[in-house]
Formats: sequence, structure tokens, C-alpha cells
Amino acid sequence: MSAPPTPAIEVDHLVKTYAGMTAVADLSFTVARGEIIGFLGPNGAGKSTTMRILTGYLPANSGTVRICGHSVATEPDAVKRLIGYMPENNPLPEDMRVSEYLYFRGRLKEIPRRKLSPRIDEVLELCDLKRVRHKIIGQLSKGYRQRVGIAEAILAEPPVIIMDEPTIGLDPHQILIVRDLIAGLRGRMTVIISSHILPEIEMTCDRVLIINRGRVVAQGSPADLRREVLGRTTYQLITAGSIDALPAILTVVEPTLKITANSEPDATGFVTLALSTERTDELGEPLLQSLISHGFRVRALSRAQPTLEDVFLAATRRSWDAKLAPVATPAGTANGFDRP
Amino acid sequence: MKHFLTLLSHELRMLLVSPSTYIAGTAFLFFMGFIFTGILENYTKAAQDVSPAHVFFQLFWLPVFFMVPLLTMKCLAEERRLGTIETLLTTPVTTTEVVLGKYTAAYALYLSLWGATGGFFYILKRFSSDPRLIDSGPLIGGYVFIAVSGLLFVAIGVFASSLSRNQAVAGILCFVMLAGLIVGVRWLGEASFLNRDMLAPAKAAVDYAQIFAHYEDFTRGVIDARHVLFYFSSTALALIFSILSVEVKQIHA
Repeated sequence: MSAPPTPAIEVDHLVKTYAGMTAVADLSFTVARGEIIGFLGPNGAGKSTTMRILTGYLPANSGTVRICGHSVATEPDAVKRLIGYMPENNPLPEDMRVSEYLYFRGRLKEIPRRKLSPRIDEVLELCDLKRVRHKIIGQLSKGYRQRVGIAEAILAEPPVIIMDEPTIGLDPHQILIVRDLIAGLRGRMTVIISSHILPEIEMTCDRVLIINRGRVVAQGSPADLRREVLGRTTYQLITAGSIDALPAILTVVEPTLKITANSEPDATGFVTLALSTERTDELGEPLLQSLISHGFRVRALSRAQPTLEDVFLAATRRSWDAKLAPVATPAGTANGFDRP
Repeated sequence: MKHFLTLLSHELRMLLVSPSTYIAGTAFLFFMGFIFTGILENYTKAAQDVSPAHVFFQLFWLPVFFMVPLLTMKCLAEERRLGTIETLLTTPVTTTEVVLGKYTAAYALYLSLWGATGGFFYILKRFSSDPRLIDSGPLIGGYVFIAVSGLLFVAIGVFASSLSRNQAVAGILCFVMLAGLIVGVRWLGEASFLNRDMLAPAKAAVDYAQIFAHYEDFTRGVIDARHVLFYFSSTALALIFSILSVEVKQIHA
């Protein structure tokens, strides 16, 4: 497929309510082909509901979803051939063997019989399941079951893969395998994963979509999001000297640089300070030079890397505050969200 | 209907590898064998008007009440409880294919269990010196009745299973519906309040749905198109309701 013009997933003003409760409220986003996108949100944010609507399993109340140009509502059969889906909690039949299950699913997904056996071998290899291929699924450990679910999702090599919490319940080693697996799909398949493990998302995904209460509250690459949502950089400084004179020195280096926290001096007179600035470029060198020229003794200066967790917390907290103005979406991504 | 055969062969295979199938089969044959010996004992005591096959198939409702719920309660309820219905319906299969696949597999098992009782008649024929005990008319009629009425009974079981995610609830629902259809309709047919002129259409409908009356016709060699149509149309109705029930639950998940 040589970069067709239609995006892999287009979601436009999607609304879904359950018995009077709004699960998805006017959600819009676009995912380009070959992109790996992470879906983040607190529990009950509408992640699983959105994913189910994308697969055509649940009907939406209003709005449109297109997968590779095919509408989920009017062409469900075409859409089902384009997706590989792993639902939340990864339901699997208990009494089948791994290879039998994959064979059955492959037949349902219309893989020709001739190609199915080599393809099953391939995904078993990819997901490191060769050792358990003849085991009964009900007897497998959680990590293996999870990988069986992933193997099933990628079995038919669909252009779009939707996985609801693929790394839940895995140990760090298995998470690594899953991460490599997903990274290996980059460029060939469009992948949407939801997860609570934020470093996971950060390492695998090209773009992150944070949703809360059924709305997109922030989207962009993890780096964009940091800048966007937090809007400042934090430094940690361990120094000794006349702390009272420090704010004046900091203002000379950068007007927005402020002390946000400081500790009591330790036995040797060193104080640990947290500095915050709106500038996003590196201020370490001028700061260090300025401190030393003013006779400060510096033990350490480091730029704190805000984690995606901070971004996530800031973005969701902001969305709970109803009075807040909309966030501008980073350039290059489609329309973000509408706020009533 | 492309996936029907894939689904059916999957279902049949799952039945064949499942120990519960064999346990159900053994229990069924044991129970039916018990009934059959009981019938034969009566024949040793005194001459009877009808052949043993006639009496044997007349008791069809006993195993139907217990076996059909057990065979069918799992089919859709289990998929929903485990959540595998979600992965199933997000592949290019339709709900119709899923329901028909499960129904056909359950019906095949129902038929094969009844088919196994053919062994009783074979043994009877082989070891009894009296050829009058084997009357091929009621025997064939009985099996045809079992096959045709089984279409409806199993469809009712599948419908009950589509209503609940709890297997026990599905099983009890199926039992109640079957009891209502077989015994309830018979009771209504004998009830005197339906004999009033005003209720004549209701009386006609009740008489039409008398499963015991159908059985009598079948064993006498009368294969009435109306009876066959009754079973075919009500089977189709039960299956359509099952499909709708699965789809409605999906919408209101």
C-alpha cells in the first residue's frame, strides 16, 4: 500500500450514551496510516467504548467513524476485514489449544487455508508462543494469554489494529516483548493501544491522545504534550551560598525563572531547590556560570524530565475544571475537540 | 453464509473434545435404557396393544425436558459471559451465522444422542424370538418425529441461551418454555373453558400445537404437512428471535 490519501481512522463528532450517561461526548480525532497511537484516560473516560465503536461492535448515537475510508455504520463488513481487535480483559475460549484457536480465528478472518499454517507459525514466533502452541488456553499464565490475544489481533495482518490494554498484567520482561512487537508493526499497520502504563505508551507511541469524560483533552507527541500541557521546565539545583540573593541572580539569567520549592540546609549548608521556567530550551549552562561567578557552591544542577504521568494528571485535572478554555492542538494533527 | 461451515465445524469439534458431551451421552443412554427395560418388562408380563417402540417414543418428553436445556444452555450464554462474543462478532461473521452454527451443532448432538438409542431396538431384534416386538412403522415414525420436533426444541434452547449470560438461568428458562409447550399446551387442550364458542379460534390454535397429537400421527405413519410446517415455522421464529436477542443485547450492552 503506497500511502493512500485516506487516513486510517477518522472519528468525527462521536457521541455515545448509555442509559442517560454520556460515555463519549463529541469525540473527534484522526489517525494517519502507519501511526501508533496511545489512548490514555482515567477509568471511565470512554476509552473502551470508543474502541468498541471503532470496531463496529457497539453502535454510536451520533457522529461518524471511518476506517480506511469505510464507514463503520454503513459498511460494517468491510470494516471488520480491516481491523484486528483485542478487547479489554482479552477474552479467550478456555478449552482450545493455542494453535487450534489461531487456526479457527484465521479461518473466520478469511485467511486462505494454504497461507494460514505458515502465518500461524509466523505469529507464534513473533509473540514467542512456540513453546505453548499445543497447550490449552485455559491453562496458560496471564502473560501467555495476553500474547495469544495479540497474536490473534495481528494474525490476518489487518491495516488497523485496536488493542485495549494489551500490557495489563504482564511482568516487565513480557512488557518489553510486547513493546518490541508493537514497535515492529510501525509503518506497516496503524495501531491504537490504550494503557494505564504511561512509560509504555511513551516509548511505543508516535502520538498520545488523552481523553477524559468522553472528550479529547490533549493530543500530540509526548514531547509536544509536555510543552503544551505543563508549559514550563523544572530544574533541580543543590547549592550553598546566600539563598536570599538567589532570586535576583535568577532573574538576570531568565526573567521567568522562579524558585518553586526549597529544602532546609543540610549539615554542610547545601540547599535543594526546585526552579521553574517557561522557557523550554536549555538554561543549564548560563545558570551554572552565573551561580559560580556569584560565589555559589554548586553540587548539582539537573533538568527534571516531566513524565507523561505529570502530563496526564495535568491534562485530566484541567479537563475536570469546566471553566477552562480549550487547548490548542499541536500543528500537524487534525481538529482536536470541541467544548460546549 | 461463508463462515457457517467454519463455525459449525468448530462447534462440533468443541463438542467432540468436551468431556461433558460424553457424560451427557452416557447419562442419557443409561436413562433411556432404564426406560426401555421397564417397557420390555411390561411386555413379558402381559400382551400389549402397541409395539414397544410406540411406548418408548411416547416418553420423548422426559429426556427432552432435561437434555435439551443441558445441551443448549451453554451455547450463547457462555460466549457472552466470557466476552468471546465480542471477538467473534468483530470478525467478518454475521450474528445469523453464529446463531445458526451453534444451533446446528446442538441439533446434531441431539440427533446423535437419540440415534444411539437405535442400539436398543437392534439388541431387541437380535435377541428376541418374537418378531412382533419390532414393528418398523412406529419405529421409523418415532425417529422422524424426534428429528422434526427436535428442530423446535433445540431452537427454543438456543433462544433461552441468548436471553441470559448465566447458564443456569438459560437452562431453567429453556425447561420452562419446553414444559409450557409440551405439557402446558396439552393441559390447555383439555381445559373446559376453551370450549366456549367465543374462544373457538384459540381452541383451534391450541389443538394445532398439540405435540402429543403430532406424535400419534407420526407413529401411525401420517406425516402431515401441517405438522411439519408447524415445526419448521416455529423453529425459524425461535431462531430469528435468538438472532435479534443477540443483536439487541449488543446495542444495549
